[in-house]
Amino acid sequence: MAEPIKKVSIVVSRGSLEGVYPGLIMANGARMEGIDAQLFFTFFGLHAVVEKKMDKLKVATVGNPAMCVPDAMGPGLPTWMGAIPGMSWFATWMMKKEMEKIDIPPVREFLEMIHDAGCEIYGCKATVDMFHLTQKDFCPQVDGVITVGEFYEKSTGAQIIFT
Amino acid sequence: MASKEYAGKMLELDADGNLVNLNEWNEEVAKALAVEEGIESLNDRHWAVINYMRKEFTEKGDAPSIRKLTKESGVDTKELYALFPKGPAKKAARIAGLPKPKGCI
Repeated sequence: MAEPIKKVSIVVSRGSLEGVYPGLIMANGARMEGIDAQLFFTFFGLHAVVEKKMDKLKVATVGNPAMCVPDAMGPGLPTWMGAIPGMSWFATWMMKKEMEKIDIPPVREFLEMIHDAGCEIYGCKATVDMFHLTQKDFCPQVDGVITVGEFYEKSTGAQIIFT
Repeated sequence: MASKEYAGKMLELDADGNLVNLNEWNEEVAKALAVEEGIESLNDRHWAVINYMRKEFTEKGDAPSIRKLTKESGVDTKELYALFPKGPAKKAARIAGLPKPKGCI
């Protein structure tokens, strides 16, 4: 029988709401299964752990051909309509409402839960430098800011998942 | 379908190794299942989780999510993982005599 997965190392590189959640759900799901997990936030994905940004992540309504109205299985939303002010706000509100129904917590609460479950959380050094951030810009769950080299070191024996 | 002896009774198990018949469960069976999951003795906090899960399952037909469990049972996430290391929801459900939880969260 194939060896079960023992550890996952999940990279979150996107900063939209739908870009952040898959990584969080996979990290939490790993811990629920007793699999070791760590999260590495890079580029705009870093917004998910920045105090000022984490509660305001939005669904992207432009450049997303799968975006539909009024719900996920409705007709496609034309790109130009996605650019109308308030559209992203509306899509975000809808998605958050549906997520709450199936008990998916808001980003901040989810990160607390994942961290309490024993998942380590890291920010990417290159992005932190590029965005001019310091440790105090992050939510308390961030265990540190590490280089890509350190990320690979910490991923020893892990499956790396890029989202 | 497999069956195995727990606390002196032959019990039917599903493909995940969880009890098929909820009614066959009792505290002695829970203790035997816990030992199999690597938990030598169940304390009050374990029981708080187990009893809450059974209550939720009876009312809703599925085991609660970890989020709901930690909010309503009085056992927080850190403690839950300490009580049931290596997979709290799945282990607690099995010890509680319930099928494997269906939710993702």
